[in-house]
Amino acid sequence: MSLKGKAAAIGIAELKPWKEAPPNVTPLGLMGRLMAEAIADAGLEKNAIDGFLVGMPVADPGFIYPASAAEVLGLNPRMLNVVDIGGASPAGMIWRAAAAIDAGMCSAVLCIVADLNRLGDQRVPVVSVQREFEAPYGNIGANCGYAMIANRHMYEYGTTPEQMAKVAVDQRKNALRNPLAAFGDKPLTIADVLGSRMIVDPLHLFEIVSPCSGGSAVIVASPEVARRAKNPPAWLLGAGEYSNHSSITYAPSLTDSPIKPAADHAFGMAGVERKDIDLVCPYDCYTITVLVTLEDAGFCKKGQGGPFVAEHDLSYAGDFPCNTHGGQLSFGQPGLGGGMSHVVEAIRQLMGRGGARQVKNVARAYVNGNGGIMSEQVSLILERRS
Amino acid sequence: MSEYHKPLPKPSPVSAPYWDAARRHELKLQKCGGCGAFIHYPRPQCPNCMSENLEWRPVSGRGKLYSYTVVRRASSRSFADGPYVLAIVELDEGPRMTTNLLAAPERIKIGMPVTVVFDDVTPEHTLVKFKPA
Repeated sequence: MSLKGKAAAIGIAELKPWKEAPPNVTPLGLMGRLMAEAIADAGLEKNAIDGFLVGMPVADPGFIYPASAAEVLGLNPRMLNVVDIGGASPAGMIWRAAAAIDAGMCSAVLCIVADLNRLGDQRVPVVSVQREFEAPYGNIGANCGYAMIANRHMYEYGTTPEQMAKVAVDQRKNALRNPLAAFGDKPLTIADVLGSRMIVDPLHLFEIVSPCSGGSAVIVASPEVARRAKNPPAWLLGAGEYSNHSSITYAPSLTDSPIKPAADHAFGMAGVERKDIDLVCPYDCYTITVLVTLEDAGFCKKGQGGPFVAEHDLSYAGDFPCNTHGGQLSFGQPGLGGGMSHVVEAIRQLMGRGGARQVKNVARAYVNGNGGIMSEQVSLILERRS
Repeated sequence: MSEYHKPLPKPSPVSAPYWDAARRHELKLQKCGGCGAFIHYPRPQCPNCMSENLEWRPVSGRGKLYSYTVVRRASSRSFADGPYVLAIVELDEGPRMTTNLLAAPERIKIGMPVTVVFDDVTPEHTLVKFKPA
């Protein structure tokens, strides 16, 4: 059993994130816009969409959400569900869509996320265990957990603040060529990053993702539908998923993440090696997340993420193109749209639509989605066939 | 006396013995009668061997600092009253717990030995914190 070559992404849509929520806009309103754009991009009729995977918007959550969202959007799906694995949800939607297609349940799945940034204050966790054993000590929001990962990584492997900052700097070079990036107007230096305000030691402001409003969509289709699509399909070659904790305190390790089993599964299914990958799009809620992902996904040795990013050019024109849209750190994090941005960029590049940041001769991309505090991991390998 | 505005634990039937012990300034953890593992946070069932035979046992209150951060800008307004040290302590008995380390940031080193202290934040609530040993 494998999903290799069983489905392909054929259409994408993405909004430029807004820092604040624009007035008179709802998450479902944004989804409607994104759905129309993605369907037009794929060259389909609306009634061709027969599968629906949706992310729950924080700004307008609901109970038994998929059918109510599908009703608003005017969809009659043969398969519908919420995918609720945090920032890994969008990557998780892609293989779930492929699995449903391969099982004969549907043939064209709309994977969609949209949200508004109205939080202001980070809410107290809704998971009761975390409310009881984390929140009283001030472990609220994601910053603290990633800061403790970064401190432990520095302790175990000698990783430096300069190495972590380099991720934000190189990704900004990419964002300068992405008209949809919310933070793509001026370059960033390592001194800028390390000179920005310390938020949670050792993480500075420019190493931390910025919450935004926005959204994105991807249409995943059967081989039959993909063959008559407008765009060159981005085929799913491999996928893997893994989780071994929710709160980072109870993870087996702060520095060995559940990315490894997810990535190994994806590469095993795809039957390709790390050296066969031309573009990586790792989830980058923080700079440290990218280092740990590159290590655990097998692009460098464990503990060597710091020296690896220092020695390689992560820009679209570099020797190791990484998050060519700028990553969430420069694109912005419109809720789950942050995690979808990595998926959308990989597809866009494989379709040859990277514009001023197009990676040359890109045939295969690796995407990683990460939820919670390294809690849920989804790795994908996508391919363009010539 | 100023009111306490930070989130407080609301014990469940499963976790009440943990917080009751803390109020008496004792650190107690569940020990699994099936596989012998100590467990934190409290569970209805051993996450390792699925046994429901869990007993509350006093533990040493000693451990090592596994990692930490100095939170200079908190994500929650209830913690906006100044920097604090959030920590993960690995107890000598094995489990890790989220806590606060009561120490000046410049004195803190990952791996340092720590020992439990009990912070009576309200007359009804005691939090389990740590200080350098």
